[in-house]
Amino acid sequence: MSTAANNPNTALTVRNLAVYFGANKVLKDVSIDVAARAVTAIIGPSGCGKSTFLRALNRMHELNPEARMEGEIKLFGDDIYSRNVEPVVVRRRVGMVFQKSNPFPTMSITENVTVGLRLNGVREKKILNERTEQSLRMAALWDEVKDRLHAPAISLSGGQQQRLCIARALAVQPEVLLMDEPASALDPLATQKIEDLILQLKRDYTIVIVTHNMQQAARVSDFTAFFYLGELVEFDATAKIFTSPSKKQTEDYVTGRFG
Amino acid sequence: MTAPNHNWRKFKNSFMQTLTFACAILVVTPLVLVFYHLIKEGFSSINLAFFTQLPKPEGEIGGGMGNAIVGTFVLLGQAAVVGVPVGVLGGVFLSEYGGTKLNWAIRFAADILNGVPSINWGIVVWGLLVVPMHTYSALAGGVVLGMMMIPLVMRTTEEVLQLVPGGYREAALALGISKWKTIVQIVIRTAMKGIVTGVLLALARVAGETAPLIFTALGNENWPHKLTEPIAAMPLQIYNYAIGPYNDQHRQAWAGAFVLLLLVLFINIGVRFLTRDRFKPKT
Amino acid sequence: MENHFEAGLDALKQKLLTMASHAETAVNQSVQALVQRDLDLAERVRRDDRVIDQLEVEIDDLVIQLLTKAPLATNLRLVTVAMKISQNLERIGDEATKIAKRARDLAQEPPIKINLELPRMAGIALEMLKSSLDAFVNRDPAAARAIIPRDKEVDALNKQIHNVLVQHMVENPDTIARCLHWMVASKSLERIADHATNIAEDVVYLWEAQDIRHTGAKGAGAPVPNS
Repeated sequence: MSTAANNPNTALTVRNLAVYFGANKVLKDVSIDVAARAVTAIIGPSGCGKSTFLRALNRMHELNPEARMEGEIKLFGDDIYSRNVEPVVVRRRVGMVFQKSNPFPTMSITENVTVGLRLNGVREKKILNERTEQSLRMAALWDEVKDRLHAPAISLSGGQQQRLCIARALAVQPEVLLMDEPASALDPLATQKIEDLILQLKRDYTIVIVTHNMQQAARVSDFTAFFYLGELVEFDATAKIFTSPSKKQTEDYVTGRFG
Repeated sequence: MTAPNHNWRKFKNSFMQTLTFACAILVVTPLVLVFYHLIKEGFSSINLAFFTQLPKPEGEIGGGMGNAIVGTFVLLGQAAVVGVPVGVLGGVFLSEYGGTKLNWAIRFAADILNGVPSINWGIVVWGLLVVPMHTYSALAGGVVLGMMMIPLVMRTTEEVLQLVPGGYREAALALGISKWKTIVQIVIRTAMKGIVTGVLLALARVAGETAPLIFTALGNENWPHKLTEPIAAMPLQIYNYAIGPYNDQHRQAWAGAFVLLLLVLFINIGVRFLTRDRFKPKT
Repeated sequence: MENHFEAGLDALKQKLLTMASHAETAVNQSVQALVQRDLDLAERVRRDDRVIDQLEVEIDDLVIQLLTKAPLATNLRLVTVAMKISQNLERIGDEATKIAKRARDLAQEPPIKINLELPRMAGIALEMLKSSLDAFVNRDPAAARAIIPRDKEVDALNKQIHNVLVQHMVENPDTIARCLHWMVASKSLERIADHATNIAEDVVYLWEAQDIRHTGAKGAGAPVPNS
């Protein structure tokens, strides 16, 4: 599981990551290698730091003015916290999809998909249109919306809105896609579609998904990391974690004895 | 459950119901009275001449308030130029930037300013602009109305921006969009209706201010020419006519008051129209 | 939710132990009927096999129900292993029934004068069965591993009995039919020991998460992380 930082098969190398909110140490000494073009699931009870960990991967924890980090995170060999790297640049390489879908209400479907491009200076209609179709196809939404690309984004159903948010994130062509409980607000059918989508996307993207649904983690991911009280307790192939975990804490969580 | 108790309770219920209904009617009564009087006294004087002619010299019959109507719009226009950018950007600062202590202080100051009597505003701008310029001016009038708008617009802008869910900001930032672009293109765009509403309501409020204009715009019998000259405004003109001795002027004062009320009414209706729900999004 | 599941697991274990007890009794009684030429006992073994079959059906049902709750880790292994143990126990029951049938056939004919180590073989097979179920209940993979080499003993005994019977058939051709009955009975016992070995291997997988089937592995295994 340990590979060098410059190994093309490792998307993210995290070393001794610690995150503080004020005086509160929320993440303690986390080291992990996230494999490229694979799905890594992050599981653990509430408050274990999994969302904080996810947000540290694209510097989104910095939105909290009291947040502070220590340690190192490298994205395909590039230190994302180095002094001359702006968070904005990191976030274009590491995209994020949130628990509650949030398509921009004043924009149409196609405007939503291209907003990341347009607001970063891309103007050519040809590129924007191509990217729109490409991203919507990748998000398995193209067939459902191709006839109403200019309809308001909020006229879509909940599951479609979430796929639109995925398309929006993909349009910027990130290398890594972070997903924070992307299906927890959706009905089972919509959840199924999102899971199928994740399995398709992993051919081209590195995906890190936080989920409180262990069966989902078992269905969708190749590797699973179990966090507890801010620490990384166990990280291994998903099959191993869910059939015969090495640590007792993992076993207890996975069999539902706590959390 | 004895009969007398039951009857007493029924009586209490009906009594309270009637009382509260009467109070509600009471609230609406002044508006009805105002409308009634204005229409009764002023409606007949509304004619083309009223909107297009200058006031006739004292004692003569006829003429209109054309210059005052135009003047009011000129003043409101200037007020918007002064009040809208400062107020909106101030609201943006309060909502999107700034530490908690600073924000608290600014909000506190704004709330106090909202309660400052309008005549005080007038005197301050008199000292700041009229005295150094050695003249009453439309500019001073616009400035005082704009300054009165600022705390109001700032607070409503801030509230409306706070109503924009944080999820949108996060989503935009996560796409690698810079903070300022996020604020302008996403947050403000989403809250635009609310911001416009706040601006329009603030305009409606300052449209009727009379006291500050006494010290700044002063009033004028002629069409507006230069911003550095005194200018006519509807509240001023109504006041002057109403306290004067001439019946014809009294008649025009009623008409002016009516038109002023219609202006405020139209702004409010406009706001309602803008903020209507065009459709409900699917869940 | 968790309590429901735990209750289901307990019910599963109970049923499994009941089934094992029935299987042990069946083996015991069938060998007794064979050796003591007891027709009634043989008949009883044949009848009671229905109970064992019924228990297998019930256990399978319970396993499917528990699987819908998507158990993980030890719970997952426990449920799937329980299903396999029940299958092995059902086949043990069937083999015991075969022995009972041979017992019935032999009891209806005059006995042959021969000394066979069948009771000893049965004893070892029964010990293996009992030990494997104990290892299951007591979370003792080491004990389960210890059972596996004993299968060789049983195989050796079967071979020995086989040779003795062949010799006897050559020397006394009029006893061929009866000897064949004894051979079949011995073979059934050898299979019973095989099934007990399977159960032991499954128990090792359950408690150590190591699959030692088909490897011929013996001896101590990895320490159990959650015992």
